[in-house]
Amino acid sequence: MPALAANPVPERVPGPLARLYGRLREINWGRKSVIGIPFVFLVLFFSLPFLVVLKISVSEADGVQFKDLIDFADGTLTLRLKLANYQFLATDPLYLRTYGWSLAYAAGNALICLFIGYPFAYFMTRARPTLRPILVMLVSLPFWTSYLLRIYAWKGLLDDNGVVNNFLLWAHVIDSPLKMMYTSFSMMIGMVYTYLPFMILPLYGTLVKADPRLLEAAGDLGTTPWKAFWLITVPLSKGGIIAGTMLVFIPSVGEYVIPELLGGPQTLMIARVLWNEYFQNVDWPMASAVAVIMVVLILIPLVLLNRYQNVDATAAGDGRRRKGAAA
Amino acid sequence: MIGRFGKSWLWAGFAFLYIPILTLIVFSFNDSNMLSVWGGLSLRWYYALVADEQIQSAVWTSLKIAFFAASTAIILGTLAAFAISRYKRFAGRTTFLAHINAPLVVPEVITGLSLLLFFVACENLFGGASLRGMQAIWIGHTSICTAYATVVIQARLTEVDRSVEEAAMDLGCRPFQVFYLIILPSITQSLASAWLLTFTISLDDVVSTQFLMMPGTTTLPVLIFARARLGLDPMINAVATITVILVGTGVAVASLLLVRQERLRAEAQAAAYREATLAARAT
Repeated sequence: MPALAANPVPERVPGPLARLYGRLREINWGRKSVIGIPFVFLVLFFSLPFLVVLKISVSEADGVQFKDLIDFADGTLTLRLKLANYQFLATDPLYLRTYGWSLAYAAGNALICLFIGYPFAYFMTRARPTLRPILVMLVSLPFWTSYLLRIYAWKGLLDDNGVVNNFLLWAHVIDSPLKMMYTSFSMMIGMVYTYLPFMILPLYGTLVKADPRLLEAAGDLGTTPWKAFWLITVPLSKGGIIAGTMLVFIPSVGEYVIPELLGGPQTLMIARVLWNEYFQNVDWPMASAVAVIMVVLILIPLVLLNRYQNVDATAAGDGRRRKGAAA
Repeated sequence: MIGRFGKSWLWAGFAFLYIPILTLIVFSFNDSNMLSVWGGLSLRWYYALVADEQIQSAVWTSLKIAFFAASTAIILGTLAAFAISRYKRFAGRTTFLAHINAPLVVPEVITGLSLLLFFVACENLFGGASLRGMQAIWIGHTSICTAYATVVIQARLTEVDRSVEEAAMDLGCRPFQVFYLIILPSITQSLASAWLLTFTISLDDVVSTQFLMMPGTTTLPVLIFARARLGLDPMINAVATITVILVGTGVAVASLLLVRQERLRAEAQAAAYREATLAARAT
């Protein structure tokens, strides 16, 4: 603004330049750039690239180049969309099973995390008030250490002659090593381990806000603690349950590192398929089509959730926010 | 209050969260090629680490990228958080919010693939040098980190008392001065935690980096991932131990500093409030 103000235009000449200048003066440049700079960055480097993916997924490969979708020749405009990839992805039984398993593993992960995390968060709120911040810090501290290294740690624990097997052999619980590594079991352990804090933190956030007097009142009126828990505590923490489940479920669907490091060769996860299409088969259109399908798979639960309850993305960011607040 | 069952549930949960990290650390001092067999205490894997030039250059690359990604992300994140919390109505606000939050829900394989294909398309369209490598990784990390930075900074910005800003504005402060003199000092803490958080996110990123990197720009996580895929490597344990110690002290020192700063700020605020009340009472 100061740069423009230093260059005044005579008012007597209402030419087109002056009018343009006037219009430029009216725009709140500070506000525009506060909104515009991050917006332009993300449009340019986040949504535009996705449009490229969308385009390549329906393009005919011509060597390393792709043929144009829209072609104008001999007075006819042709739009050529190659849908063979989608056709294949929608009918191939292996792919169909992969989508199913990805969703199933993600849902299983969310359920196990809820089962472990809910009592955990609940008991955290029952701890002494002075102890609670320390417990919260202890839950969020693993976030700060490398996630890759923490997953790698399970390799050493679950290996055929790893720590767990050695311990069980030493304790005479088993006679021969258990096959745990490179199975769906080891992958699920890694997933639960990685995502458990994402479940605990939003649950704790809602549970700690619940008014303990409600439980006291219920007790005074003769309700058993167990019944009071189901009738009062659980409904009050609904927001936390939804946020936590989404925080675990959504990233699990697209998880790549955990199935790759801990899962078996037969553990089907969609992100692994995308990776292999790109890096091994060098089939860019197919990898792009898989990416599009993955986005659809993730959008469905989000849309359903939005319809069911108007939980905006800030609620989903709750755990992540706390992750930052822990510092 | 908490009961024996509750206590054991908490203990078991924390054991589940911490035992893997502890075994990583313990086995980094293991003098044996077999990772899971204890062969006595030794520092041999740390010596091996010092001798490994590949790892050292990867560490350096990672640190550089993380520094730039975190710094860019907190600038963009501050702008975005400001826009979200202060401009309640503007054209395209919903689209704006969706763009800020999308990197949090879109899997990284997609972020990586799409950005890579975008760069390739740009190379094909405009020619010129390859855009992949450091800059590409930096951009990829920045868009993921911006989402996180925005969440952290926005949480703080909404807490900041608006009346002080309005008072400053009434007294003739220009918007930029309001930001610089009033808002910035009160969100410094969240800027610091956002920077630290995004720095660690970038430092830890393997998936999108793998898509965007060039042979010369291997980062530490990419290297660790490649080695971990092959099997167990005690050198990774040594790396893990060093990271845990660095991050642990870093987070501990940062939280201590922030807690102290917060206390000083609260004290100053209380003192000002006290003075104001006393002055009001005197009149």
